[in-house]
This record gives sequence, C-alpha cells and structure tokens, in this order.
Amino acid sequence: MSALLQVDSLTMRFGGLLAIDQLSFAADEEKITAVIGPNGAGKTTVFNCLTGFYRPTAGSLALHRAGRELRLERMDGWRIARDAGIARTFQNIRLFAGMTVLENLIIAQHNKLMRASGWSVAGLLGLRRYRNAEAAAIERAAAWLERIGLIDRADQVAGTLPYGDQRRLEIARAMCTEPVLLCLDEPAAGLNPHESHELNRLLLSIRDKDRVAILLIEHDMNVVMGISDRVVVLDYGKKIADGTPAAVRSDPAVIKAYLGEPET
Amino acid sequence: MDLGRRAKDSALAAFVALILAIPLVGFNTNQPGGNSVGTRWDWVAIAVAVVFVGRFAIGLLPPRRQGERPPVVSLFLTKHQHILGWIGLGIAIVWPFLPFASQYLLDLATAVLIYIMLGWGLNVVVGLAGLLNLGYAAFYAVGAYTLALTAAYWNFGFWEALPLAGLTAAIVGILLALPVLRLRGDYLAIVTLGFGEIIRIILINWQSFTYGPNGVNGLPRPTFFGLPLAARAPGGGKTFAQFFGIDFSPTQRFMFLYFVTLALALIVNIFIRKLRRLPVGRSWEALREDEIASRALGINPINVKLSSFAIGALLAGFAGAFFAARQTFVSPESFNFQESATVLAIVVLGGMGSQLGIAIAAIILVTLPEFGRDFAQYRMLLFGAAMVGIMIWRPRGLFSLRTPSIHLSDAKR
Amino acid sequence: MAYFLQQLINGLTLGAIYALIAIGYTMVYGIIGMINFAHGEIYMIGAFVSLITFFVLGAVGVTWVPLALVVVLLSAMFFTSAYGWTVERVAYRPLRGSFRLAPLISAIGMSIFLQNYVQLLQGAQVKSLPPVVTGGFRLMESGGFAVQLSYLQIIIVLVTVALMAGFSVMIAATPLGRAQRACEQDMTMAALLGVDVDRTISTTFLIGAALAAVAGMAVTLYYGVIDFFIGFLAGMKAFTAAVLGGIGSLPGAVLGGFLIGIIEAFWAGYFSSAYKDVAVFGVLVLVLIFRPSGLLGRPEIEKV
Repeated sequence: MSALLQVDSLTMRFGGLLAIDQLSFAADEEKITAVIGPNGAGKTTVFNCLTGFYRPTAGSLALHRAGRELRLERMDGWRIARDAGIARTFQNIRLFAGMTVLENLIIAQHNKLMRASGWSVAGLLGLRRYRNAEAAAIERAAAWLERIGLIDRADQVAGTLPYGDQRRLEIARAMCTEPVLLCLDEPAAGLNPHESHELNRLLLSIRDKDRVAILLIEHDMNVVMGISDRVVVLDYGKKIADGTPAAVRSDPAVIKAYLGEPET
Repeated sequence: MDLGRRAKDSALAAFVALILAIPLVGFNTNQPGGNSVGTRWDWVAIAVAVVFVGRFAIGLLPPRRQGERPPVVSLFLTKHQHILGWIGLGIAIVWPFLPFASQYLLDLATAVLIYIMLGWGLNVVVGLAGLLNLGYAAFYAVGAYTLALTAAYWNFGFWEALPLAGLTAAIVGILLALPVLRLRGDYLAIVTLGFGEIIRIILINWQSFTYGPNGVNGLPRPTFFGLPLAARAPGGGKTFAQFFGIDFSPTQRFMFLYFVTLALALIVNIFIRKLRRLPVGRSWEALREDEIASRALGINPINVKLSSFAIGALLAGFAGAFFAARQTFVSPESFNFQESATVLAIVVLGGMGSQLGIAIAAIILVTLPEFGRDFAQYRMLLFGAAMVGIMIWRPRGLFSLRTPSIHLSDAKR
Repeated sequence: MAYFLQQLINGLTLGAIYALIAIGYTMVYGIIGMINFAHGEIYMIGAFVSLITFFVLGAVGVTWVPLALVVVLLSAMFFTSAYGWTVERVAYRPLRGSFRLAPLISAIGMSIFLQNYVQLLQGAQVKSLPPVVTGGFRLMESGGFAVQLSYLQIIIVLVTVALMAGFSVMIAATPLGRAQRACEQDMTMAALLGVDVDRTISTTFLIGAALAAVAGMAVTLYYGVIDFFIGFLAGMKAFTAAVLGGIGSLPGAVLGGFLIGIIEAFWAGYFSSAYKDVAVFGVLVLVLIFRPSGLLGRPEIEKV
C-alpha cells in the first residue's frame, strides 16, 4: 500500500509558541491512521494545516492522487477539499444547523451539481441534465442516510437531531464529497459505548467498502486500538511513537507521556 | 419576579430615563432665532413615567427562552404560503380595477411593488447569504441613473435601458464585492455602508457626467410595444390610446406602469425561488450558516459571495429603473443611507430568507407613512427601534420561517 | 510651506477628535468583538449635550470661560456616558450568544434610532454656538499666507494626548484594566476566575462614551456648528482610524486618528474638498485588503 498522504517535517509556529515541531508521518491508502496524544499536543493543529485553515510555518504536506502529487501547504482550504479530495469533520460539530439533514448532504455535492446546472443556467431552464444530476445526488444522500440510520429524518432540521446522530451526519456529509482521505477530529467525543461501537463499524465499512483512507484524532482508546491500522503519537508537537496499535501501546515513551514517569 | 422587586427594577430604569431625558428632552434648542434653549420638563415627566410603566409591564411578559416554539403567525404563514401567495397575486391583479382605485392608490401600489423587489433583492445578500450589506441604495442608484443617463445622452427608451440598468448594477455589484470578499461580517457591513455613501458623493459631485445635485428629469416611461401612454406621441407617432381607439386618460398610464412592475416582480419572485433550489442558492445559505464548514466541503466562498452580491445588485438595478420611470426624475438625494436602512428594515422585519414575509413587511412599511404626516415623521425612529426589538424578540423576523430547499421526495428523473 | 504647516495643524486637531472617538470603537471591539455602530451617534449626542450646556450656562449668566469649559466637560461626559451605557444594556447585552448578524443589525437599528431621536427632539436644522475659546498664535508668514495656531487647537490635542496616556496607564495598571484585558482574551475564563464580565463591559462602554463626549465638545467648540447627522460621517472615519491603527489597540486608535485627520486635511487642502470623505474611505478599503490587522494590531488567527 502506498502512502496517500506524506507529512514531512511539518512545523507550525504561532508567534512565540511552537505548536508542531518537525512532524513527519505517512497515512496509507485504504488504511485507518490514528493521531493521538495528550491534550494540547497539537493534533487539531495538524488537521488545520492539512485542510488549509492554517499555513504551515515550514515543512510539506504531499497528497498522492492519480499519479500526481499535490502540495497542500500551498493550497486554499476549499481547494484542498475539492481538488485533493480531503474531507473533514470538526471537534465542535459544524453542521448547517438551520438546514435539513438532506440539505446538508446535498450541499456536500455542491461542486458536481454546480457544474451540472451549467452555473445555474441549465438549472433555471429545468434541463434534463440538471434534473438527473440532482436526482442522483439525492440518491447518493439517501444511501448514506440509510447507512447511518437517519433516512426517516431526512427532512428534519439538522440542529434538532440528538448529539450522536449529528456526529454521524457530519461524517456522512464529509463522505458525500467523495473524498480519498477522510479526516475525523474526535468523532467519538461524547458518545456512549454503544454509539462508539456503531462508529467503529461505520469507519471500518468506510475503509473497506468505500475504500477511503481515514485519518483520525481520538482520545477514546477503544476506538483507536479497535480499528486503527497505524497509530501516530504526538506530545508537545513532536512525534514520539509511530506504529501498530500493539507496538504503540507498550511503547515506554507513550506511557510516560500519558501517565508520567513512575516515582522512584 | 415579585411586585416589589419589579417596582424597584422599574424605578431604576425610570431613573436612568430621567438622566437621559434631562439634556435632550428637557431642553429644546429648536427655538426661533437660534441661540437659546427652551425647557420641556413636562415631556421629561412623561418620558420617565412611560419608562417606568413600560418596564413594569414588560416584566409581566414571559422571559425570552432560547429555542422556543415559533410564533403562531409565522407557522400559519409558512404553512399556507402557497395559498397566500396566490391570494396576494389575485388581489394584485384586480387592484387597479377596484372601484376605489385612484391614481394615487395605483401609484402607491407601484411603489410598494418596487420596494418588495428591493426587499427580495437585498434578501439574497442579507437573508440568504448572511452578508450584511448596508449600502444597497448604491445599486438601486446605479440602475436608476443608467436609465436617466442613457435617456439623457443617447435617447434610450425605457425598454432599451432596462436590461442595461440591471447589467450595470450587477457589474458595479461585483466590483464593490471584490474588496470585501475576505472580510468578516462587521467589516463587510461598514465597507458596504461606505460604498453607499461614496456612490452618492460621486453622483453629487461629478456634475459633468451625472448632472449633480439637481438630478435628471424628463425620464422615459415604459411604452406598450412602442406606443407611449401619453396624450401626444413625440414625433407625431400614434399613442396607445389612439391605436386602440379609446380616449386618453392618465389613469391608463398609471395602470400600465403598475402592471409592468407587477410582471417584473413576478419574474423576480420565480427567479429567486428557483435559484434557492439550485446549488448556487444552497451555497448562499450554507455560507450564512457556517462559512468554515462550507470551505471544508470544497465550496469556494469567493464565488458564493460574488454571486450573491451580483444577483442582489442586478435586482436592485431593475428596481432602480422602475423607480426612475415612476418619478420620471432622479437625484442623488433619493439614494441615501435612509433608503438602504428602509430596505434593510423590510428584510429584517419580514424574516430574512422569506419571500412572503418580506412582501408583507414591504406593504406595511411603505403604506403606513401614508396614513399621516405625524407617522411619516416618526418612520425612521420606529424602524430603528423595530430593528433592535426584532433582533431581541423575534430574530427570525415577524412573519416567516425557513422552508427546506429540497426534499427526499424530489428524486424524480 | 506655510500652507503645508497650516494643513498639518488643522489635520492634527481634526485627528485628535477622531482619535477620541476611535478609542471607543477599538475598546468595544477588543472586548466583545463587535463594531458599535451607534458610537458615532454617541459622539453626536456628546456634541448636543455640550451645546445645550453652554446655552444653559449662558442663560444663567455664567460667563467665565474656564469654569464654563469644566462644567460643560463634566456635563457632556456624564450624560453621554449614560447614553453609552444604556445602548449596551438595551441593544447589545440581550444579544450576547445570538447569531452572528443579530448584534450588528441591532447596532444599526440603534444608530438609526438615536439619529432620529435627536432630530425629532432638537429639530433638523444646524445648531450654532458663538465662539467660546478664541485667540491663538500666529506662527509664521510666507507668501502672504499666515499660519495660525489657536489656543483651542492646542487644548484639543493636549487633552487627547493626556487622556490617551491616562487610559494606557489605567489599562496596564488598574484592576479594571486587567479585567478588561482578561475579558478580551477569554471571556469565559475571566468569568470563571471571578471577573464581573457584565460590569467590565459596561464600564468599557461608559469610558468609550465619555471620550466620545469630549470629542463632541471639541467639535462644538472648534467648528461652532453641529447637526444630528455629524455622527454618521465622523463615526465612519473614526472607525477607519481604529482599523488603520490596528483594531483592539489603544495607541493604534490614537495613531490612526491623527493619521486620518492629517490625510483628510491634506486631501481637502491640496486636491479636492468634495471628495475628502472618499479619500478617507479609500484608506479603509486599502487597509482592510492589504493589512487588515492595521499598523499596531496583531494578526487575528481564525479559530477552527
């Protein structure tokens, strides 16, 4: 399996604060890579650099797709989502709360629908080309709603959904952009054990059925150890471990970072 | 809150009101001859009493809750919006033929329609895309002046100038949007406010081009396929009345302009409703809801903002042409901040995003000042207070709720 | 050369007035992250209260100028602060936590309300005040043009600088200043640490309004004519000054104020008086496009 995403010596400085220090790791195609670490280790900052919300101070972020290499550190956030095919969810859920469940998923397919609507001209004229594209978009959305069990609430306002449903909806919305890499920022936060288990199943099916790579920030070890193919551990912006879940779990540096040095 | 506490609270409020009232209410510089002040202590007493009673009474209302059920009126209007729309259209069509329909009422109705169009246009920018444009009158002015200047310089008629009015306004809209594309809400608002003022200053001062503060008059009215609705046709052609073999009456002219405006308003309504269901319209609403999430989905926020400004400006341009034709005269003073504020008030009161609500708000806000000189004076004061009040009590506007732009059942090929 | 110097003097005086108003904008933006659109109207109210107090003093026979100035200053600051405080309580506080556009629209509404409130109560005509502080120095003469520096101009600039120095000290050293800085950084945390956030915000508005009142008094004395509309333009220019200097920075607001005053004076003096407002506005657009954090401000990082 080749590396889909190659992060090389990524450095992020905010004024005097060094948030990420020469971080290098790779996320492989069709694999689940977890990024873990104590709070403040810089995990969400890595995501923000990857998805174009921050311009990295130094280093490179290379995405390999269809034989081309895209350098994310030079691209605008929306371009990264559209051209590189990287979709993300947020630590504090960012659904379009005033719009319906279905609308959230349709907006995710905006670029495709915009082209089909001929920059609105074909859409205004009601041409078949647009109507077909719109129907296909609804079908894709409906398929996802079935998968996450929200098909009955398609026309319900997204902000009124229970928390767990909102999290799943955000993931489904990200998937509707047809990405090659899905970045999830603490998807299991606030979920009870049953919901975490369902989340695991969903993420595994995304990896296996949709063949999409997942990059995952998480604190819930059941999720991390349960489904990750590889785990990268950060502490104070530096990578301290990188390997399989089993290897990382017994790595003394990792234990020290989380639990502290045993008193002697 | 028990009565004692409420009384104390109201007394405090009344005390503050007293302080506020002393300089500006208690003293009156509006004296003949200028350099002195009169006193109005009775007014101060009234003001203090009103505040005390008002504050006490407001305490009787249930506290404002977050996420409360939407008010009955909004629910009713939203549920029945289609029927109400048809009823409204029906009334609009028969309006000129009703027995009491005088020229004055026809003219007023035309003005209402123009403001409804302006409200719908601003709604695209403020209500749908969530971009607070405080200088909307600038686009309105561009449309009106396009009609005026093409008529003055090149003898354009109304119909020739109309598409040009929309086009120039849209271009200006895009030009004005370019600097504000990366700005946050507050900054965007103040820059658009500035643009509104700039356009007005340019219109006043570039006299060689725009005829300056005196304005342009003698503007062309819409013709019926080239037949003017006047007593005499310029250049000896036939008039509308002569062609149809009827006697000329000025009422025909008012009626014709009214129907033409109504037709455009209908087109605008359908246009916006369609756009809202297309990806472009949905992208506006997504931008308003959460720009960051939109970007994360691959939506280019620049295009979204540009398209919303352009469409909003286009519609204002058309409305401006009608405004100019209705008065057959334009001057820079018609396009000041007060105009922008009025249209904003219409959008805010009517319910940002709601066509029907905005139409109702426009009807109310345009016709109410006609009911009395006194009211007209207090118009802007009440608008200002209403805008504050709406944001506090009914942020979604007085009249309507959002309806989804797409349903699961829409998947038909 | 003489003409240049005169424009500079005029510009600095005008700039001092803008600086006083700009401080109010920048302090409020720093603490609650919104532009107080009604602030220009607060300045206008300050001007009206000054004018009215002068007339009342004249009517009761107080003519000793220094006493009159002090009384008017205190009166203007007192009443205008009350207005500033009330605006925050009525139009902004209920909307904390509301959706993004709500406080903005409320601010616009408040601005419109206050403009028309004064217009209805005091009439739409321009009001004038006979000159109170007169006299000055004649600095130099060249080419038949005399450069004048009036006492009033000196007073205005000195008072502005003194107030700015005083407030900088206050922000840095007093508990109120510390509370303000804490709220600017992280309101929730400040509240958790026992800072009375409501009172800190109210005090910020009070101070901003008091300074705007000083500006209002200055403009009444300096130009001698006021009307209900002066807040609109002055507000926009003062806001431009705050942005130019770096929104959130007190010294930035003062620097920006003086710069805008000078730019306006020079544009009107050398190019075109009709388009001076356009020039100032052009500065706003340029700053927002090329250096949104202003001269002395820190760049804002988007929190995702």
